[in-house]
Amino acid sequence: MRLKATALAALLAGFALARAALAVDTTQMPTPQLEERYLALTHELRCMQCQNESLADSPVELAADLRAEVRDMLLAGKSDAEVRAFMVARYGDFILFRPRFTARTAWLWLAPGVLLLIGVGVLVRVLRQRSALLAADPTGVDEDGPP
Amino acid sequence: MNRFLLPLAGFMLLAVILAIGIRHAPEKDIIASPLIGKPAPNFALPDLADAAHTVRAADFKGRWYLFNVWGTWCGDCRAEHDTLLEIRRANVLPLVGLDWKDDDAQARAWLTQLGNPYAVVAVDHAGRTAIDWGVYGAPETFLVNPQGIVVYKVVGGLTHEVWTREILSRVPRQPFGGS
Amino acid sequence: MLPELGHFALILALLLAGLQAFFGIAGPALARERWISAVTPAVAGQFVMVATAVVCLAASFIGDDFSVRYVASNSNSALPLFYRVSALWGAHEGSLLLWILLLAAWTVAVAIGAARLPRRFAARVLGVLGLVSFGFLLFTLATSNPFLRLDPPAGDGVDLNPILQDPALAVHPPILYTGYVGFAVAFAFACAAMLEGRLDQEWARWTRPWTTTAWAFLTCGIALGSFWAYYELGWGGFWFWDPVENASFMPWLVGTALVHSLAVTDKRGLFKSWTLLLAILAFSLSMLGTFLVRSGVLVSVHSFAADPARGIFILAFLVLMIGGALALYAWRAPLLKSSAGFELGARESFLLFNNVLLVIAAATVFAGTLAPLVSDALGLGTLSVGAPYFNPTFMLTMLPLMALLPLGIHASWKRGRLSDAQRTLLMTLAAALICALGLAFGVYSHGAVLTPVGLSLGVWIILASLVDPLDRWRRGLSLSRAVLGMTIAHIGLGLAVIALTTVQSFTLERDVALAPGASTSVGGYQFRLGAVEPIEGPNYGGLGASITVTRGAAVVAVLKPQKRQYWVQHQLTTETAIHINRGNNLLVALGDDLGAGRWSVRIQIRPLVSLIWLAALVMAIGGVVAATDRRYRAGRVAAAAPALAPGGEQPT
Repeated sequence: MRLKATALAALLAGFALARAALAVDTTQMPTPQLEERYLALTHELRCMQCQNESLADSPVELAADLRAEVRDMLLAGKSDAEVRAFMVARYGDFILFRPRFTARTAWLWLAPGVLLLIGVGVLVRVLRQRSALLAADPTGVDEDGPP
Repeated sequence: MNRFLLPLAGFMLLAVILAIGIRHAPEKDIIASPLIGKPAPNFALPDLADAAHTVRAADFKGRWYLFNVWGTWCGDCRAEHDTLLEIRRANVLPLVGLDWKDDDAQARAWLTQLGNPYAVVAVDHAGRTAIDWGVYGAPETFLVNPQGIVVYKVVGGLTHEVWTREILSRVPRQPFGGS
Repeated sequence: MLPELGHFALILALLLAGLQAFFGIAGPALARERWISAVTPAVAGQFVMVATAVVCLAASFIGDDFSVRYVASNSNSALPLFYRVSALWGAHEGSLLLWILLLAAWTVAVAIGAARLPRRFAARVLGVLGLVSFGFLLFTLATSNPFLRLDPPAGDGVDLNPILQDPALAVHPPILYTGYVGFAVAFAFACAAMLEGRLDQEWARWTRPWTTTAWAFLTCGIALGSFWAYYELGWGGFWFWDPVENASFMPWLVGTALVHSLAVTDKRGLFKSWTLLLAILAFSLSMLGTFLVRSGVLVSVHSFAADPARGIFILAFLVLMIGGALALYAWRAPLLKSSAGFELGARESFLLFNNVLLVIAAATVFAGTLAPLVSDALGLGTLSVGAPYFNPTFMLTMLPLMALLPLGIHASWKRGRLSDAQRTLLMTLAAALICALGLAFGVYSHGAVLTPVGLSLGVWIILASLVDPLDRWRRGLSLSRAVLGMTIAHIGLGLAVIALTTVQSFTLERDVALAPGASTSVGGYQFRLGAVEPIEGPNYGGLGASITVTRGAAVVAVLKPQKRQYWVQHQLTTETAIHINRGNNLLVALGDDLGAGRWSVRIQIRPLVSLIWLAALVMAIGGVVAATDRRYRAGRVAAAAPALAPGGEQPT
């Protein structure tokens, strides 16, 4: 009975979402690769006027000018690194949303991984401890019910 | 050592860092310009007064000048205009204007009405020159030395205080020669 | 007259908050019954005074009283009435007053609900809340008084920031702050418990409904902010990892962990000191957020005007409040130990996973948000952090959490018995995978590797949440509100995961140059530019375009993006036109005049964006349903409950 219920639910979910059908398009830039690079770069560069929006998101004129600059450079065959270097030379590191991985920024990039390792360590210790406590205490009904 | 003291210790450390951060706060709005100490960008733009004439960066090589980015649409530019006129009267170094993303007729009318502090005004409709100078708002003013190196940048309206304290102090006295 | 009255009311409120704090904390400590009785009147009095101040300020706005500096800085005679009222919380001083009002309101609610709590404990809770109120009122009166006058009065106001002139503005800050401030209640419960030395399972049960309700409000508040940003600030963007956004997201993450941790403490008396710490942490992050937004230490799109003097004051307040609470924690926590055990596959385990992952996520957002500040303070140079950092690091903890959720739902307390649920779990997982792969490759024809992963996780969460409740319903068994609420909230989460995955994977974006009459095709829709004409509004003028959108032969919509110039503040804003069709959001913005009659038009198609906020609403509803469970509305509890016993455990 449960099998039928879940299968039905899955089918319904699938159909509901399938109605929002889309197809991929060709784009304004001559090739899809250029378009992808253009979008990626404009999302990665900060709008210097509305300082926490990307060039892609910002509604101000400066952002439009900078987007045009990015487009021109990509059409002229510059690489992503060259576009970034161009922007950084004029506006400083602040224009990049992705902090570079240097000796000074390493701590930031490594922090999540380190925290996760510490977390796993804590988990292992606590779970072992509690398992042992349970083994030493055979009483009690298994508890179910509300959270 | 009571390990339950760790949160408190960590928090105190954070508080110290935040306190230092507050001390630095007034400078946060001003993003340090990467152009300081580097050569001023080249440009070749039409003159506001005479579209046939081209204003070039090379025209100013060999002397100190102030490169001021402005527009008639910019409220703070209106506010700093009096200081600019004062700088003109002081006759220590020329003001080169960059009329950014503006309407030519309105710009000319503005200068006629309010007084023209500029030795010459270059017109940037496309905004590319402004980007080369790392401009992200108006008004901004750059101090350039005779070797063509950018020495100082003012973000926001120029005031009498900044003029005397930061700019005049960097410029040796020289007569304002003819162009 | 009114501003003076308001000012005076604030001063009285400060005094009453001080009394509330004093009587609430000293009363129980010194066993003075009369002092304890004085707390509730002080609470009521403070609320009345704060409400009076708010009403006076609102009246000044409505009446265009430009002799009040705050009104002159944030309003204008041409401002529509609706926005004149909401301008009250449009800037620093007024929004602080809103904070204080909501804190007073929560305090009144707690005072009413405290009838069921032991007298002394209740007094302590209200006392701690009084301390927080006192601090904020002092801060307001000392550095951010909204009733300061201009002499001579301004002729007219400077107008409200155009970006804030939007219906969502009226609702976002009050709802957001209700959540933000609501965590103060959990904080107060924690401090009261530490002061009293009472830290049993009952404490957790009392705290739960307040915390869950605050969490629900915060969820709505954040969703509203995102929704507002989508329509106002960005170009289809709904989350920018902006410091102000992060300032509300961190308490939410920790608050979610707290809601789950309280469940374990309530049910099995475990994780007591951890839950205590989380309760302190959640509100601390709220307060820290307040600091970050108002002190100028961080750069943001919508931070309030920076003032280092204010920053120092808030920091001092933070140190006293949070430092004090953490000191209490260091004192009391060592005595809290329980000897209950549980298996690896037990529900407790999964809730522990939940907590660890959520806290790490919060810590990561914290690191990224404060990195520029830390780097600058330690002389490590300027650092810039944005989505390219936050997105991958956030997913690092969230993906495992999503995968563990379906398992956790089917795990029993203490012994897990996951093998019983094995069949259900495998079937729901298979169904989810089929659904996701079918969508990713059958319906949409591109997407990143994470697309089927995200979609499967979202569907799996929903299916796994539904199985048991549907089963019980089918068998005619009742469902407690707590379980119902939990189910709804988890379904909301699953929907959010589906929506986010879809938006991130399948958005289409194009910049085109169009002349009137020309059209372009994007994502199965055709966009044709009509005329571009001047437009005028109550306090702005500008240009508007008319764009007809068709799909095949049928006209879907006529969109009207605009570029507005607000007269008073000279600010140029771009109004994006948005339409929803078959779950797709169509966005059109008017760009520059390219000359020769051609205009730059930006088009974007975002599928299922609206589902994100809908999902958040579902989550919040789940929270509220769970908070109203009958268990929390039990009768009066015995006054003398066993106090702290070192090494012991409360009998169940």
